[in-house]
Amino acid sequence: MAQMTVASEVMTTADGTPLKVSLRRALRRSKIRAVLLVAPLFLFILITFLIPILDMTFRSVENSVVSRILHRTVPLIQEWDDSSGKLPSEAVFAAMAADIVEGRETREIGKVGTRLNYEVAGMSSLFRKSGRKVKNIEEPPFKEAMIDIDKKWGDINTWRLIKRESRNLTPSYYLAAIDMKLGFDGGIEMQADERRIYVKLFIRTLLLSALITGLCLVLGYPIAFLLATLPTRTSNLLMILVLLPFWTSLLVRTTSWIVLLQQEGVLNDLFVWFGLIEDDQRLRMIHNQFGTIIAMTHILLPFMVLPLYSVMKTIPPSYMRAARSLGANPFTAFVRVYVPNTVAGMGAGGILVFIIAIGYYITPALVGGTSGTLISNFIAYHMQVSLNWGLAAALGAILLAIVLVLYVLYDKIVGIDNMKLG
Amino acid sequence: MRRMLKYTTCAVAGAFVLGLSNTGPAQADTELVVVSWGGAYSASQQKAYHDPYMKENPGIKILNDDSASEGLAKLRAQAEADNWTWDLVDMVMADAIVACDEGLVIEIDYDELLAPAPDGTLPSADFFEGTLRDCFIPQIVYSTTFGYRTDAFDGDGPKTIADIFDLEKFPGKRSLEKKPIGNLEWALIADGVSPDQVYDVLSTPEGVNQAFAKLDTIKDQTIWWVKGAVPTQHLADGEAVIASAYNGRLFSAIEEEGQPIAMMWDWQVFDLDGWVIPTGTKNMDEVKKFVRYATDTQRLADQAKYISYGPTRKSSAPLVGKHADLGIEMGPHMPTDPGNAKNTLLFNYEWWADHRAELDERFQAWLAQ
Repeated sequence: MAQMTVASEVMTTADGTPLKVSLRRALRRSKIRAVLLVAPLFLFILITFLIPILDMTFRSVENSVVSRILHRTVPLIQEWDDSSGKLPSEAVFAAMAADIVEGRETREIGKVGTRLNYEVAGMSSLFRKSGRKVKNIEEPPFKEAMIDIDKKWGDINTWRLIKRESRNLTPSYYLAAIDMKLGFDGGIEMQADERRIYVKLFIRTLLLSALITGLCLVLGYPIAFLLATLPTRTSNLLMILVLLPFWTSLLVRTTSWIVLLQQEGVLNDLFVWFGLIEDDQRLRMIHNQFGTIIAMTHILLPFMVLPLYSVMKTIPPSYMRAARSLGANPFTAFVRVYVPNTVAGMGAGGILVFIIAIGYYITPALVGGTSGTLISNFIAYHMQVSLNWGLAAALGAILLAIVLVLYVLYDKIVGIDNMKLG
Repeated sequence: MRRMLKYTTCAVAGAFVLGLSNTGPAQADTELVVVSWGGAYSASQQKAYHDPYMKENPGIKILNDDSASEGLAKLRAQAEADNWTWDLVDMVMADAIVACDEGLVIEIDYDELLAPAPDGTLPSADFFEGTLRDCFIPQIVYSTTFGYRTDAFDGDGPKTIADIFDLEKFPGKRSLEKKPIGNLEWALIADGVSPDQVYDVLSTPEGVNQAFAKLDTIKDQTIWWVKGAVPTQHLADGEAVIASAYNGRLFSAIEEEGQPIAMMWDWQVFDLDGWVIPTGTKNMDEVKKFVRYATDTQRLADQAKYISYGPTRKSSAPLVGKHADLGIEMGPHMPTDPGNAKNTLLFNYEWWADHRAELDERFQAWLAQ
């Protein structure tokens, strides 16, 4: 009975407002403050990071250009049966001619050609040529006149392609990004053997990044250990040696590797001088995979050393002493006590190096030659040279997905809470 | 005190506003953002076009932007954002065709926009045939040709394109551009295909296979370059004994740096570089005036004083003089000089616009094998 009276009584604060209300008010105020404090950063990330990523991802499936510019043809061509083996009707040809004339005036017809040329080589010139000539067609029938301009208009596959690409979303960029393509009948086919490249590059990028991460760990661990355990004066000097290259321009470091490793370079000269190799057997150490691995490992090493160091710095020396006093030999003490304590640093460094490596682009472009280029070089190529932004977006989205999957795996296996950046 | 502060603030603000409005007329100066390739090339444009034009037109200021290598991508980004910051862009012909297709640059009425030759010949007749196209205003002809180290071979150096592919007669590393364009044409010519049929042959799958098979014969003796400065560096370092390079780069390696390099002009591939005017430029009239000036007969001839690329006007050729610093006759170093231009190939841009994507992929896959 006593409990019931307590529950039914309303608790109030000193000024008489119910405690619940007052508490809620106070909470709301601090919530608003928190939101306002976070808002600038959130907006910044939203505008400069999330929206561009979403926009790029959307581009990888977006396909409105054909239906927008060929707006007369596209509705008509839907009624055409593309498996009939017959060309579309005169009405479709007439609509196409009108669309091309209009597209020529708005200067947009080239976009259709470019878009369709991603699927079938030759479409680009077909639309360019037709853009110049179609307006001279005086009277129907358009069918014969257009086939006269270019016989590709008489090819049933041209029309199948236009019909296929008239939908507003397309999987074809993603298919191209994994070396596949859509057939004229709508089925999915493998890309011709000699054009398959992206899957190979994805695998190479992942393997090389993993290898570079491993090398960074093997090379960085002892350095970080020294940094953390040596007396301050010596370790400060060492720290400068780690940081100096970190602060040096990436291009300078990459080109220095070219100077060192090229066939007429410093290292080969030394080898020849010591008589280790003959003058005509100089080693190829740059402009190949080897060069990419060396240069990238060097450039990414600080990203491994610094997190490791910051974690090692927090491990009290007494742990090792305790292990030793309990009977472990130095090796056992190191492996069973010290190393497990550094897992957080290894995880942080490993993820950092791996994720940077997977998207690396300048260094492989400069020293990668043919066997050391990575998928990012192709993303850059499609962004800057071929202007096939859809394919670049699809490649980028796949890369992003791979990183996210690896991140989740890492979280499952090691646990992301264990990561410590400093 | 507080009141005084207020007055001072008002006075300062007023002066500031006045100052702003005073600078008004001076700011009517038009700034033209001209995008080009940087380095020696932009310097030659600066001396031949920009400086004299700014001298004659004090109201115009020309700002250089060296991002022509990303010209296409950045133009498209400006178009999509509808925020045009460029007024004039230097592009190679192949890129200009893409930009034109996408509506990023304006189409040109040549006889109206460009200046006639001194003797009154209309631009459409004065510029070399095939150089005027839709949106492209040609400036220079450059060529990709071969250089070789003079100390690398016992007897004579390579003389023909077939020699480039002959590892027995001319052993040693080759440095070639990491692109199918150019290399495929050369491979077919070296393999005996008649040069005027190259593109017909390349249009068939067998022809493409034939070209790649020929490239296969030198593949493991080839290193690949991407940036124009690299092949002459490869030659200078001895990393390669034969390299394909832009003729202007070879000229400066040989004449300015004195490297032991000689040139082989057989089947040099001509390419064109010129201006395109972005559709959305805010200074359309001013840019057109500048382009008219910068592509007249004298100006094109002037540029050749500073860099060994040939002017695209016939009427400019006789006016090409000596190099401004070295004092050597530039005529014989021009790719268009009759002595150098015995066998030449002009890219078939139309063909490459269709097949570039597909052959780039194939080429990359071939490299990765």
